[in-house]
Amino acid sequence: MTAVRDRELPRQAVPGAPLLEVTDLRTYFSLDGATVRAVDGVSFRLEQGEALGIAGESGCGKTTTALSLVRLLPPNARIEEGSVRLYGIDLVEKSPNALRRYRWREISIVFQGAMNALNPVNTVGDQIAEPIIERLGLDRKAALQRAGELLELVGIPRKRADAFPHELSGGMRQRAMIAMALACDPAIVIGDEPTTALDVMVQAQILELLERLRRDLGLSLILITHDLSVIAETCDRVMVMYAGRVAEEGPVGEVFARPKHPYTQKLLAAFPNIHADRRTLEVIPGSPPDLRDPPPGCRFAPRCQFAMDVCRTDVPPEVTFGDGVRVACHLYPQGSDGVPITTPPDANGTPP
Amino acid sequence: MGGSFVARRLGQAAITIVAIILINFVLFRLMPGSPERVILRGTPNVTPERIEALRERWGLNDPVFPDQLVAYITSTLTGDLGYSFIARGQTVVDVLAQRIWPTILLFGLGEMVAIALGLALGAYSGWRRGGPIDYLGNSVSLILYSTPYFLLGMGFLLVFASSIKWLPTFGMLTAGRVYGSPFEFLADLGAHLVLPLATVSLGLVGQYAIVMRSSIIETLSEDYVNTARAMGLSEGRILRHHALPNALLPTVTLIAINLGYVIAGAITVEVVFNWPGLGTLTVQALTARDYPVLQGVFLLLSVAVVLANLVADLVYGVLDPRVRT
Repeated sequence: MTAVRDRELPRQAVPGAPLLEVTDLRTYFSLDGATVRAVDGVSFRLEQGEALGIAGESGCGKTTTALSLVRLLPPNARIEEGSVRLYGIDLVEKSPNALRRYRWREISIVFQGAMNALNPVNTVGDQIAEPIIERLGLDRKAALQRAGELLELVGIPRKRADAFPHELSGGMRQRAMIAMALACDPAIVIGDEPTTALDVMVQAQILELLERLRRDLGLSLILITHDLSVIAETCDRVMVMYAGRVAEEGPVGEVFARPKHPYTQKLLAAFPNIHADRRTLEVIPGSPPDLRDPPPGCRFAPRCQFAMDVCRTDVPPEVTFGDGVRVACHLYPQGSDGVPITTPPDANGTPP
Repeated sequence: MGGSFVARRLGQAAITIVAIILINFVLFRLMPGSPERVILRGTPNVTPERIEALRERWGLNDPVFPDQLVAYITSTLTGDLGYSFIARGQTVVDVLAQRIWPTILLFGLGEMVAIALGLALGAYSGWRRGGPIDYLGNSVSLILYSTPYFLLGMGFLLVFASSIKWLPTFGMLTAGRVYGSPFEFLADLGAHLVLPLATVSLGLVGQYAIVMRSSIIETLSEDYVNTARAMGLSEGRILRHHALPNALLPTVTLIAINLGYVIAGAITVEVVFNWPGLGTLTVQALTARDYPVLQGVFLLLSVAVVLANLVADLVYGVLDPRVRT
């Protein structure tokens, strides 16, 4: 693919700064006078060319975390605290107009269910060309030319640029959405459940496409999904979120093979495994806490079989271990070297 | 837009017009009274022989089906709608031709003003939802929407005819006035037009604004608008290129469907302001039992509604690719 521009960094970029560094991000919603702490102290890093998967059940704040990066939030949401540093530039500090310049050019998003994410009255080609014209300042002819190249890149014949979204299949629309996300040659592409509405075969094709694009274009990817197998296949690192906080984060291989946080263990156990015996899947008893009034200590404590007294009173600190895994759990205090300090009191589950 | 789409819409419109012609024929055969009695009303020495001769000459003794129907359809298709009973010697086509322009002027302009104002107000209110313009506009729209034409018109009459005599309230031109220049004529016409035009536009504007407002609010919450925001497009461009084209779709349908009611409203507005259009003609023809003119008015108005809906369908096809296939 011909590069539209050299990947030249924004003017204010801090030399040597990581691609993306999110620190203590807190995004709250106001809902009927109450404050919902949807994202409450999330930190993570994303390096150039890396793919980070964000996992967790519905309402755990994974989408809110991702949308907070470019502040694409509903009107009743606000970023209360924290920083989002892209090349060292804090996007939280930016005015709405200044922030707009980073949207799509630096961070673009592939939304889920591409049917509604595409404008029904415009052709696919025009929609891919729009950010190229508006944001990169190319003329219409050059933009349409590039839109054609992008379509071919994602495996859609160039001549389908004249098609309207309703004339394409679900998988084609999602491919077009991906082509759109690549239009301005962004540094980071966020996939917000990009394969959710698709059937399994098409899901696999889309993941393969993302994988190939990442390899060929050196993209950095944030993939939000509740489908752990998608993360296992596509990502370098995984961040498991629970009730607005990071439970565990680390290299995919480590976390999936030796989950430390009880929630990660439960989440993996609740996932069907084709190689395992046919058995009923494990369920996690209880439901996530009400984020208007979350439990004072560890938010998973009410559902955790290992919960100790300290879990109910103190927020567990995030501790990073030698294998690169970061865990927020009182079972793994600083210096515990990744070995839990206690075994389950009732010992009816598998020991961590 | 595919040729088959246009052809199908044209075919549907043609079928509807044929049905209208048939209903128009049947309806007037069912009405009370007979043409010869109306035409001979007030004539001295009407003998049964004269009535019989007239019935024979007009083909009223022929069977309704097929002779009268065939005669009716042939005449209608050749543009012969018969003679007015009341305006002696004038054909229905002549009568309609005189009266159609004032109506087209009043309601054409009225619709245009209402569409422009209503859609602009609605789009702005929806875009700045909860803002001062939205609160004010929405309340005013609701009041206007629920006010009948004649009430609005009579309100204007009260204010402008009895209290402050700024504007003429009667007719389309000052009776008997001789114009020195075309500008004088236009000024006189314009002054007469203001109040009925305001009545028509204000009666419609509330409805259009309310529908456009809710349409734009709905559109602004669509995923593709969110995509446009994620692209870093400016709010203005998102509104113009993404929200508005989609939000217009329901209003096109509304305006087309509305046209029938607008014509019904025409009668009251025209009567209130004594505007010499099809509305007053309808009332005059109805009270005088001038059936040929009534029949002509019905046909004209029905065809107008069908054509307006055809135009709306075609416009919709241009705006929304999903209906073109």
